[in-house]
Amino acid sequence: MSTTTAVDRAALQDKAFAVARTVTDPEMPMLTLEDLGVLRAVEVDERGHVIVSITPTYTGCPAMATMRDDLVRSLQDAGLPGATVRVSLTPAWSSDWITERGRRSLAEHGLSAPGRAPARNGPVALSLMPTRREIACPRCGSAHTELTSEFGPTACKALYRCTSCLEPFEHVKEI
Amino acid sequence: MTDHVEPASHPAPDPSDAHGSVYDGLLGGDPSHWAFGTDFEDPLAGVDTTIPEGVDARDLATYCLMLADDALIASQRLSQWTSRAPDLEEDIALANIALDLLGQARLLLARAAAADPTLVPALPEGSPVPPEDALAFFRESGEFRNVRLVETDNGDFAVTIVKLLVLATARLALLERLASSSDHVLAAVAAKGVKELTYHRDYAGRWFLTLARGTEESRRRLEAALAVVWPLQAELFATHEVERRVAAAGVGVDPATTADDVAVVLAQVFAVSGVEQPTQAALAGVQGRQGRDGLHTEALSLLLAEMQVVARAHPMGRW
Ligand SMILES: [Zn+2]
Repeated sequence: MSTTTAVDRAALQDKAFAVARTVTDPEMPMLTLEDLGVLRAVEVDERGHVIVSITPTYTGCPAMATMRDDLVRSLQDAGLPGATVRVSLTPAWSSDWITERGRRSLAEHGLSAPGRAPARNGPVALSLMPTRREIACPRCGSAHTELTSEFGPTACKALYRCTSCLEPFEHVKEI
Repeated sequence: MTDHVEPASHPAPDPSDAHGSVYDGLLGGDPSHWAFGTDFEDPLAGVDTTIPEGVDARDLATYCLMLADDALIASQRLSQWTSRAPDLEEDIALANIALDLLGQARLLLARAAAADPTLVPALPEGSPVPPEDALAFFRESGEFRNVRLVETDNGDFAVTIVKLLVLATARLALLERLASSSDHVLAAVAAKGVKELTYHRDYAGRWFLTLARGTEESRRRLEAALAVVWPLQAELFATHEVERRVAAAGVGVDPATTADDVAVVLAQVFAVSGVEQPTQAALAGVQGRQGRDGLHTEALSLLLAEMQVVARAHPMGRW
């Protein structure tokens, strides 16, 4: 077996990363895995084998296997067969990792992007009042919105309603 | 792009139909997009599963089972609300909480199996059932290490809320400390779990307050629920021998060390809600044995019968 040279590996890694960063999230297809912040690393080992690391948004995220399949298939289509996809649990995903481009894309598709994730300093404080967020309706831009539920159709979203245009919308939660 | 031919399980749209059909975007010639629910062969692929120094592998695995079983059984109970909750938002909320807990349980069960494979029930040669599923579906009730709080019936919505408040408050306090475990998997699951449980605890706390300050009937039900649930909470803070050892090794957390912080949070909820601190005595063990020792109520057997029946009927099944 010939080993892949460092130059080849760097080129392969560039190519693999260029492919991996275009793969979209199965539940929010307006976002790439890179924009969602779940694509953590694309590496090439000494045998030229591609290893992609992804991290779950929530521990129970049921879309991880689909992400894996989509990554492997996209890389294969680009001439990089047999990629390995690994789970990276540390550090835990934060909604702060959603890129600016990802936030714009969410808004363009009628979803409200998360604010800053709460900073942790000592024990987590209990919050018995509805979480206050500065949220504008992604449809009409009104600041008059109300929380319907902190839990939505996927683990990462809360449900809101605009009290101006009366349309419901989803907000990606701060975590 | 659409030249892939896959036997369809439903009528395929006629491509000659100019209007197309609502299925067009779904079909798209990519069968893997139907593969929701298939899973990673190893949920810990790529994670450092070296056993930290100074801890017995069997102790680490048993401790993981305790943490996993609390989450797994609570998840199964909460999912029983699906399609039965008071309204759609609560239905979705409880299902989301159940999903978070199931995710935690899966990683913890996989961690238990990696730490001590001898704990995993034996399955027929060639069975594709992964170790974490074998632990979930092929153990008997006496082998489960969860506290009895999580196995008891959901009761009415008030009982479920009080149970969830107690569980989420205790688990959050525990995971906050466990995030500094010397075991990489436990530390990672804990750090992530803290974020999830923060939402669970707030959800339960807000509903507790709403029920307490709601109508006469909701108040009556909440107080009745508190009387039912309170005897079950002490067990969460009773240190098991295994917990004592893994805590001493820097791998686990002695739950007794969280009791004061949990009491402060619960007292805050009671105060805002105008509810008296309950005084019911703790549910006794049997000859000193409790849930962590594998001693359970009949409710767990019934729950497991339903949860495990399909997997047990098909030990060679692929899902
Ligand atoms: Zn609006």
